[in-house]
Amino acid sequence: MVAITATDAGTGGGSLRRLLRRRSTIAVLMCVPLLAVVLGLVAYPAVYSLFLSMLNKAETKFVGLDNFLFLFKRETFWMVVRQSILFALVAVLFKALIGFIAAHTINTIPAKGQRKWRGMMMVPWVIPAALSTLGWWWLFEPTYSAINWLLAEFAIPAVPWLSQTFWARFSVIVVNVWFGAPFFLIMYLAALKSIPEELYEAAAIDGANAWQRLVFVTLPMMRNIIAITVLFSIIVTFANFDIVRVLTQGGPRNSTHLFATYAFRLGIESGDIPLGAAVSLFMFPVLAVLAFVILRNVRRRIQAI
Amino acid sequence: MAIAAEARAAGRWLGRTASLSRDRRWALIASYACLVVFAIMFLFPPYYMLVTSLKTNAEIAALTTNPWIIEQGITFEHYWGLLAESSFPIYFKNTVIVAVLVVAITMVISVLAAYALSRLKFWGSGVLATGIFLTYLVPDSLLFIPLFKVVGSLGLLNSYWALVLVYPTLTVPFCTWIMIGYFASIPKELDEAALIDGANHMQMLWRVFIPVALPGLVAAAIFAFTVSWAAFIYPMAYLYSDDQLVLTVGTVTTLIRGDVFHWGGLMSGALLAAAPPVILYAFLMDYYIAGLTSGATKG
Repeated sequence: MVAITATDAGTGGGSLRRLLRRRSTIAVLMCVPLLAVVLGLVAYPAVYSLFLSMLNKAETKFVGLDNFLFLFKRETFWMVVRQSILFALVAVLFKALIGFIAAHTINTIPAKGQRKWRGMMMVPWVIPAALSTLGWWWLFEPTYSAINWLLAEFAIPAVPWLSQTFWARFSVIVVNVWFGAPFFLIMYLAALKSIPEELYEAAAIDGANAWQRLVFVTLPMMRNIIAITVLFSIIVTFANFDIVRVLTQGGPRNSTHLFATYAFRLGIESGDIPLGAAVSLFMFPVLAVLAFVILRNVRRRIQAI
Repeated sequence: MAIAAEARAAGRWLGRTASLSRDRRWALIASYACLVVFAIMFLFPPYYMLVTSLKTNAEIAALTTNPWIIEQGITFEHYWGLLAESSFPIYFKNTVIVAVLVVAITMVISVLAAYALSRLKFWGSGVLATGIFLTYLVPDSLLFIPLFKVVGSLGLLNSYWALVLVYPTLTVPFCTWIMIGYFASIPKELDEAALIDGANHMQMLWRVFIPVALPGLVAAAIFAFTVSWAAFIYPMAYLYSDDQLVLTVGTVTTLIRGDVFHWGGLMSGALLAAAPPVILYAFLMDYYIAGLTSGATKG
């Protein structure tokens, strides 16, 4: 910057202003494709969705908030609300716990072997969720369930994994935890590595045991990354589609539907686009609150721009 | 590195105190036992898929055998059937076309924008950066219904070109975000030197930024590739005919039909469809992980 202004100072203030103007013109031009994607394919559809949700099924008449009022009267809709919240909170809790324990365990073994273990445990995250869920579907298959076969070896009666409400809800959470825990693992492992070794040495000199080191050094140092990953994962889990769609298709009796799968059922499969748009819009307030909190955490990079 | 050095130092120190070294050994054994449990937990579903895909139909259908091992010999018939007698190769071709195009589009859009945002401050650049981050947080399940109408009005329903159009909404925000991080870490002296040498912004981006930030570019490209390979709700909503489907939806919807003992074909289809991202990950694990973690930890 200094160099540019110095060379330009010789030719006068006018060309400096022109240079600055050109710089910002170039910058805006470089951002045009990005703006097209963000405005045309995210912002516009989001607003358009609000408009869509106020039409009747044939999309010929403006009906105001009728679609929303209709949903409020449906018991199924409230079940979807409860199930989405339960699913997101329970799944994220276990993903974070398992991810944290696994990351901590990997971090205790000699550095030489860590890569290998980390590589193995990332596999569920790498396989597209829709495809690995097919494997789980087969594992839960009523007649041939390989998990029930194992349980039978220990004289435990067969579990109706996908056909009873409780177990179906349990199963979709299990698959989601299996798929998502590696993401937490990798985030926490990176965060663990960035904690300065001196802090642990100082704690050890002060006579701290392993538990105290965890509570008073590791957790405070990781507070920020734990907050971001948990909030981010709540968004992704809350908006999940793949796993429920492949594993239960929302059944039995709509008990495992999430907002996304229910919106798909109503909007695409039943052809009631406005009603589907209304369902998916209910995700928006929750996501907006979470996004606001995350944004406060990551503002540092934005301020750097 | 610090951990290796620390482990060596700890080893020397522990060598002198026998009881502590015993404690340390037990702690290590407990850690490894724990890791084995985790590894089994994370790997048994793909293992079971592999076992099923290699079994004969007769063995899959038998209720008397141990389902976790192959007792009656390995067969590749499910894989051959998939490649020779199903639409699987068409899905594969469609997925490759979509993924490659989306990666190319994403990289052009995000590299240009990240350069502008990290180096050329302009009016509104802070707002735009915030906007990109917010866009990254918008899930596809919120947008698939209005985009259904957009795709329909463009005449792209039931065409994989619809995916080329909408997938950038999944990839561009995150890739721009991590490229901003990589570009911002390039020392300012480097571009000042290039500017003095008379380079314009495009030359500087091409000759300085892209070569220096190449690891970041690879990480972003891997991210864009895996996301467009795995995306599910958009193709599920927009595609239905056999010649347009992509792997995720094709495997889930069309291979499920058929006779009773279709499990071998289904599992081999799922494994083959998952193979490209898994292989990419196996060879480029460090880039993959750098891409994932740099989005948040360097924030």
